[in-house]
Amino acid sequence: MDYLAKLENQSIYILREAFNKFENLAMLWSIGKDSTVLLWLARKAFLGHVPFPLVHVDTTYKIASMIEYRDRLVRDWNLQLVVGKNEEVLKSGVTYPNGKATRVECCGTLKKDGLKAVLEKHHFTGVIVGVRRDEEPTRAKERYFSPRDKNMEWNVEDQPPELWDQFKTDFEKGTHIRIHPLLHWTELNIWEYIEREKIPVIPLYFANEKGERYRSLGCAPCTFPIKSSAKTVHDIIEELRHTKTSERSGRAQDKESEDAFEKLRRDGYM
Amino acid sequence: MTPTEQLKIVIVGHVDHGKSTFVGRLFHDTGSLPEGKLEQLQKIAERRGVPFEWANLMDALQSERDQNITIDTAQIWFQTKKRQYVIIDAPGHKEFLKNMITGAANAEAALLLIDANEGIQEQSRRHGYLLNLLGIRQIAVLVNKMDLQEYSQDRFEQIERDYRAFLKTIGVEPKLFIPIAAKHGDNIATLSKNTPWWTGPTVLAALDEFKVAEAPDNQPLRFPIQDVYRFDDRRILAGRVEAGSIKVGDKLLFSPSNKVSTVKTIERWNAPEISSASAGESIGVTLTEQIFVERGAVAALETDPPYELNRFKARLFWLGRAPFKMGRLYKLKLATQEAECEIASIEKIIDASTLETVVRDGDQNYVGRHEVAELTLRTKRPFAFDAHSEIVSTGRFVVVDGFEVAGGGIVADDIYPKRTADSLHKSGNIYWSHGKVTPQQRALRNGHSGCVVWLTGLSGSGKSTIATELERELFNHGQHAYVLDGDNVRHGLGSDLGFSPEDRKENIRRIGEVAKLFANAGMICITAFISPYRADRDLVRKILAGGPNQFIEVFVNAPLAVCEQRDPKGLYAKARANEIKEFTGISAPYEAPDQPEIELNTDQITVAESVARIMEYLHVQDEGTLISI
Repeated sequence: MDYLAKLENQSIYILREAFNKFENLAMLWSIGKDSTVLLWLARKAFLGHVPFPLVHVDTTYKIASMIEYRDRLVRDWNLQLVVGKNEEVLKSGVTYPNGKATRVECCGTLKKDGLKAVLEKHHFTGVIVGVRRDEEPTRAKERYFSPRDKNMEWNVEDQPPELWDQFKTDFEKGTHIRIHPLLHWTELNIWEYIEREKIPVIPLYFANEKGERYRSLGCAPCTFPIKSSAKTVHDIIEELRHTKTSERSGRAQDKESEDAFEKLRRDGYM
Repeated sequence: MTPTEQLKIVIVGHVDHGKSTFVGRLFHDTGSLPEGKLEQLQKIAERRGVPFEWANLMDALQSERDQNITIDTAQIWFQTKKRQYVIIDAPGHKEFLKNMITGAANAEAALLLIDANEGIQEQSRRHGYLLNLLGIRQIAVLVNKMDLQEYSQDRFEQIERDYRAFLKTIGVEPKLFIPIAAKHGDNIATLSKNTPWWTGPTVLAALDEFKVAEAPDNQPLRFPIQDVYRFDDRRILAGRVEAGSIKVGDKLLFSPSNKVSTVKTIERWNAPEISSASAGESIGVTLTEQIFVERGAVAALETDPPYELNRFKARLFWLGRAPFKMGRLYKLKLATQEAECEIASIEKIIDASTLETVVRDGDQNYVGRHEVAELTLRTKRPFAFDAHSEIVSTGRFVVVDGFEVAGGGIVADDIYPKRTADSLHKSGNIYWSHGKVTPQQRALRNGHSGCVVWLTGLSGSGKSTIATELERELFNHGQHAYVLDGDNVRHGLGSDLGFSPEDRKENIRRIGEVAKLFANAGMICITAFISPYRADRDLVRKILAGGPNQFIEVFVNAPLAVCEQRDPKGLYAKARANEIKEFTGISAPYEAPDQPEIELNTDQITVAESVARIMEYLHVQDEGTLISI
């Protein structure tokens, strides 16, 4: 069995554990390459079905073609979609694009609080998220099944042991578990798998006429393309084999302060 | 293009023996650092007038960093010409052992560091012992800080000798020992001039010699059921092949239910159709004959099944804040099986750093935090398992205390009785029968609530056969079931009754009352009486309606002609010959149920399928009940 097949089988195992153990399970779908691979793996695990809703936290500042792509897959793949929005903050207009909040504050309200609200509304106790440990240092410390307390907070210093695919599936009322089936995948593995499975990804990842492509997708005002000539999945794989810059280098909110991302994550960000 | 191979490694060793420094140097020497990172950190050190430390580099990347250092990337992996390496889990200070164990349990190889200056310390031994317990067989020992011992070959060899001797007592043989000085990069990527007596390999070369773990294809089949899917009209058993391989046509024995069926298809999505699957593959399986199987069952070939017992010997390490105590109940998880367990006996508590037996004053009946023990565990239900030395993935388990995984262990070798064809021999192993409990507690404990399964139908329709099979099936699932037998009732409880309509009615009423008592006692009470009159059956339904337990009417429906043809006791022939009067279906009416909970057309489905239908019904009911409790 080759390495990608190993990753795939492990992710399927985790998805099936999650589906068995959580009554109210949902999967976060950011429309990006990772969570779309995750969605594909769910179809693998459940033999063509996706037996739980997908949650998209919409900040309303997403790049427009992301929403079109989202709605097309929902139709084509027969998905249940739950869209979460922080209506209150959007109404008040206290956002970064309006110049009334810092980037990190904006992520905190539109994404983190938006997520919290949608989890509470639907009583989700298990949330499948496509984070990978190679993305970013605090994500490297994650577990496959990672508890969040009542305030969605993550206690990095005291995490449950995780042995032999026996995951933390027992939890106190009011807390919830984040499930990370892609934890051990790298950015390169994601693209290798997209190539192998021919998964349709959003064209924003491919270089345009200006020689730019998105390496990581987020909100339009805070996400910037990188210089690249990679026009196909194959080109991207070649490019990644030789790069030394980080994947999230085009994500401005990470850079506002040195530990911006860590703080967001401790507070319950994805 | 071949996908990038990855090997997961864990780096362990006593505190301050140089793990962080080593990792920093490793990243640098493999060219894995982001552009400018090293220079940036060196400058910061210079500005603050402190010597640059390689360990800081790692800390910066791991975000356990000094305040002035900015993180802009994360690479917890590094690359050699051969493949990519992932370092599992960052060295952290708090809860280090828990993180180390989590890391090691997911790793395929380990590097264990020993400070040449300090020599073998407590954690050097503890980690060596735990690596072995966790099943890591690929270990290289790095004797670090050789610069502080003037690169002395004698010192290196002395440490190697001592540590090998320790490892030997626990049956571990490390691949090799390498003298290094992480700070200066000696023998990490290139051979060092400082150790001319060392001809290699370097650490990188040694890493590249490690093998990526292969799935155990050539062992006996173990396919633990993770879930049963019914997305369409098929029942698909989902799971991962943990050992061996499985193919269409294989006759599977399911433990602990002892049911047999044959593989009809192997299911995958968006993958080539292959009629077999081997170890490591997450697949779906459909069966030719529908039997009742649920999560936790382990499929094997009949020729080589796992052990199936409710006690086994284990070696266990404990991480829980509260000790692992005798007399308390915990949850045991092994493959996809789960059940309550308790300590039957503690043979030995071991200090993992000295391998000496821990002797405590007074209370010996617990395993404390960070202790290792040899003990015997007892589970509430029979478990299907293997000795860890035979099949790894069905030979290890975790213990859950409250909401937390608090311990882990492996099934030790022992003389476990092999399976026999007669599943009833398990009765000797069934335990737990204590007293004063509420109905809710009883339901939680039993894993099911009490109920009455009332089989009704013509003579020869299959009631008794289904009843006894159902009883055995439930029993094998560790559930409490009992068949109320017609003759037994007539001999005792109803010995004063005849066969007049009034007496028949009274007979059914008494059976109904007794069935209710059984149900209240938490049991699944199965009755198999023709019970031809709707009014009589409705009376029993009413008797149960007031209480917490359900009346499940099962209409065992076969056409009269079929029953008459079967005529197992020759009764139809006698009735036709007028030797029996008022025989139901011939000379007395049978009033079929209007709305039975279950209807079984036994002329169309097998006994096993009939039993599976009832099992499924009970199972779904119970999920609802137990959750609401």
